[in-house]
Amino acid sequence: MMAPDALVKKVTLEVVGIIKNDKDIRSGDREKLIDLIGAKVLPHFDFQTMTATAVGLGWRKATPEQRARLTEEFKTLLVRTYASALAAYSDQRFDFRPLHARPSDTDVTVQVRVIQSGAQPISIDYGMEKTSAGWKVYDVSVGGVSLVANYRTEFGNLVRAEGIDGLIRNLHAKNESLERSGEQGKK
Amino acid sequence: MISRSKLILPALAILVAGCASVQNPDPRDPFEGFNRAVYKFNDGFDRAIAKPVATAYVKVTPGPVRTGVRNFFSNIADVFIGVNNLLQGKPEEALTDWGRFAFNTTFGFLGIADWATDMGLEKHDEDFGQTFGRWGAGTGPYLVLPFLGPSDVRDGVGTAFDMYTDPVSNRTPVDERNSAIALRLVSRRADLLGASRLLEQAALDPYAFLRDAYLQRRRSLVYDGRPPRERMPDEDAGPRGN
Repeated sequence: MMAPDALVKKVTLEVVGIIKNDKDIRSGDREKLIDLIGAKVLPHFDFQTMTATAVGLGWRKATPEQRARLTEEFKTLLVRTYASALAAYSDQRFDFRPLHARPSDTDVTVQVRVIQSGAQPISIDYGMEKTSAGWKVYDVSVGGVSLVANYRTEFGNLVRAEGIDGLIRNLHAKNESLERSGEQGKK
Repeated sequence: MISRSKLILPALAILVAGCASVQNPDPRDPFEGFNRAVYKFNDGFDRAIAKPVATAYVKVTPGPVRTGVRNFFSNIADVFIGVNNLLQGKPEEALTDWGRFAFNTTFGFLGIADWATDMGLEKHDEDFGQTFGRWGAGTGPYLVLPFLGPSDVRDGVGTAFDMYTDPVSNRTPVDERNSAIALRLVSRRADLLGASRLLEQAALDPYAFLRDAYLQRRRSLVYDGRPPRERMPDEDAGPRGN
């Protein structure tokens, strides 16, 4: 099994290398970028755990179908957001921090920093858990802001106001509107 | 002169009316109704003026020029970043900040080039709000300030200190000062164009998303990226299981 920090480094450099050399992606082909993320990045994420943590209390009351739909919608939203973040990439340097963990650890934080001129480096922390299928990311923090924690309030409010199905509806509507605006952007 | 009560009463009325309309009150955000109103105002101002100006700035100025502008103001800021590091009991970091300032001001052409970063002198992010936090001050309620955006009571006081000590605002020729402040604002807004687009994309409720991100970010900054672990509200319930 590949060590978690080595895995993050390999995937980051591979994806950035592809983006650099792909004219379609560089000129704004969002679907191609999303496909690239799907092939190279998604296999290393545990979206079920991310969704469960983001939904919080409501998750326990959700049926298996609701859980599956929630996970799917949340995944779609995160991938689109991630694609926008990656599309803004312009040759920043990465600083892969040494991993502070014991070999026996099954839950680690892999730290990467993006170096930029005239500003504090941006930290990207991957919370990773060891599973039988390799290390999987269950949270990403950018500049100290955990994505999963940040969705908790929003999701909690929606579940209280409109129930689990209401949250699914809202996520679905959000994804549809993003897809529409993406199509407009291409024209 | 308007008496004080005449100003306070309408303000209170807005606050009370605002608070009454909030559905899921958040203990960190007791003034949510009021804050949402200010957020809406700021968002309108941003859409109408700040964002278009910043977008035009990105369009007409070449990348290296924008980097130079960002570096120039970033370099001036390093002086009080150092002061804040010293106040927080981090003299080594303060020396790094002042070393950056000395190096970039001379060899970096008045700070237009940030060669200190390339030399390994890392840029820090400090302000008075973080210093108060480091001294043990709690954030107090979340606040959205007109034009300035997300803040809280502690950081609002910190911002007042930041402004009071800001070398750019304290320049004497007023026209030069105003142009410099305006250019700095445009440059900062331009740097946030990507982030604001992400916020619009990622958030179901941009107000709540920005608030939570702000509070998380500030907490991380006060502890220089290593905040003590905070328990999520229902962690005992073990939401991770199936």
